Amino acid sequence: MTLHSLKAAGLLAATVALGAHAPAALAGKTLDAIKARGSIQCGVSTGVAGFSAPDAQGNWSGLDADTCHALAAAVLGDAKKVNFVPLNAQQRFAALQSGEVDLLARNTTWTLTRDASLGFHFTAITYFDGQGFLVPKKLKLTSAKQLKNADICVQSGTTNEKNLADFARANNIKIKPVVFEGFEASFKAFFAGRCQAYTTDVSGLAGLRNKEAKNPDDYVILPDLISKEPLGPLVRRGDDEWFADVKWVIYALIEAEENGITQANIDELKANSKDPVVQRILGTSEDTGKLLGLDKDWAYRAIKAAGNYGEIFNRNVGPNSVLKLPRGANNLWSKGGLVYAPPVR
Amino acid sequence: MNRRSRRIVGVLVQAALLLALVALIAWAGDNALAQLRARGIQAGFDFLLQPAGFEIGESAFAYDSSQPFWRAFAVGVGNTVRVALPALVLATLLGLLIGIGRLSTHLLLRGLSTAYVETLRNVPLLVQLFMWYFALSELLPAADAALQPLPGVYVSKSGLSLPWPVWAEGAWWPTSLEWPEVGGFNVSGGAAVTPEFLAVLLALATYTAAFIAETVRAGIQSVSAGQRQAAQSLGLTGAQQLRLVVLPQALRVIVPNTTNQYLNLVKNSSLAVAIGYPDLVSVTNTALNQTGRAFECIAVMMSVYLLLSLLTSALMNRYNARVALRGWS
Repeated sequence: MTLHSLKAAGLLAATVALGAHAPAALAGKTLDAIKARGSIQCGVSTGVAGFSAPDAQGNWSGLDADTCHALAAAVLGDAKKVNFVPLNAQQRFAALQSGEVDLLARNTTWTLTRDASLGFHFTAITYFDGQGFLVPKKLKLTSAKQLKNADICVQSGTTNEKNLADFARANNIKIKPVVFEGFEASFKAFFAGRCQAYTTDVSGLAGLRNKEAKNPDDYVILPDLISKEPLGPLVRRGDDEWFADVKWVIYALIEAEENGITQANIDELKANSKDPVVQRILGTSEDTGKLLGLDKDWAYRAIKAAGNYGEIFNRNVGPNSVLKLPRGANNLWSKGGLVYAPPVR
Repeated sequence: MNRRSRRIVGVLVQAALLLALVALIAWAGDNALAQLRARGIQAGFDFLLQPAGFEIGESAFAYDSSQPFWRAFAVGVGNTVRVALPALVLATLLGLLIGIGRLSTHLLLRGLSTAYVETLRNVPLLVQLFMWYFALSELLPAADAALQPLPGVYVSKSGLSLPWPVWAEGAWWPTSLEWPEVGGFNVSGGAAVTPEFLAVLLALATYTAAFIAETVRAGIQSVSAGQRQAAQSLGLTGAQQLRLVVLPQALRVIVPNTTNQYLNLVKNSSLAVAIGYPDLVSVTNTALNQTGRAFECIAVMMSVYLLLSLLTSALMNRYNARVALRGWS
């Protein structure tokens, strides 16, 4: 266990063992703290291409990072006022519980255990994923069910280990997981040939294959999906106002795509649009911000800073990125996908 | 105050302090539970009886994902002990040889021993661990093209496989040998150790050996030169001098310090998680993430390491009492 994960757990232990009763359970406290601090503490991965990864200058980009940028724009009026806190898979929950981060936007799967027993609320799904397998092409595999007796490299602290065990039991094939603490070590061992397959969410596999493999064409992603992995940001329980803010910023980005609002046309629409739905989203008619503890331009600033959901997707994981993932389940509900937002009304 | 009443006061003060300490710990524990509950975080050790739901790559005894969490923790402890024990033995033997080599009159031997100690103890263990691991997994052939140095022995990226005796049900002695086979894309059957196990074993043994070597050297040098000269004048050979006169006396210096190195080795084995060996830390990490019970999982892990270390030090203290100078304390 790394020093950092012990630190997060230790911080949690110290605050709960010695602290006074339930300071975190006051509504609105998180938003007040963010405004006083002038920045959002955003828990992200230590570097997963397309979701949250730093560039050479230390600027974070990706689908999850953009959620935080949009949130900062809505809440603080400046998309740059985000303090990204890189967390590995084991650290992430303790960091959110202890209050080190305001939200966790770290390609985290929404499950019952996490939602019901760790003191969290999942806000909204920003990416519909599923677990798959990356294998060397030379093994000529066509299905994950052929991985009988195989060594499979996997990173610890994820839902992937449990899905892998379930899959092996359901199909009655014996597999041997090789579990690494760090992402880097896990894929290096795979590319060195230690394992016959690497397993994680398919979006992660695409990143590995296209960014880390010496020759991407030597590897294929098997067609089998062995799990549902709905990914999205989560917040601590006990602050319903902040919970609503995060949820609705994400919904506004989705609503923007549905109503044709883009980074490029937003100013023009704000000035001239006669569409009542667009007017409501951009705050030119009703003031929806007041209900969220924000001002009326909250959604305008979020969309202007990050683009609508479709633009965020295309830029980070879709056709305009190295991952080139198809929209698939992540298309709007009106276009055959699963992405659906309640109305901003 | 006379001596007797002073003693009674002393005992009372000690008892009061102990009571206060216990009360403080109990209060902190109770407060922690109340706090966790107030934040909607479920706490408690009841999860240890729930099915673990994850597989572990290698294990000293039978385990599968339908078994409870406590059993998964036991597999982790077993794997930690399984790699730490042979590493202790290897480190001791290697350390003894190199420590003696450091004092050799043979120039090359002395130079090599010094170079060994100075290199290994000055490079962080984690770096050495990665070096061993990536050397093993880069250089060895793929599992479907495993090397066969001896009949039935396979070496590949999947590890080392050996023929292993199997017992038929109710038999007292092995009834047959199980031979490993290359099938599909992996080696199966027989006894197998993974490259992760080998890397951890080699890294821990060679690293700790460097420190033990220095302890051995210091121990030998602590024996006064007169002892060796006296042994020489009795006509003992060099090896006899070392075995009969010098080492028994040197042990009094060597053993206490080596105990520290043993404790370090057991604790350093926790770095194994970095290269995918399923030791106690690795299993704890997974359990912690599946259940979210950070508090409880880390408590289990800390208690196990504490127990292992106390056990090591108790055994070494008993041995130390045997080699210590009689009549001294």
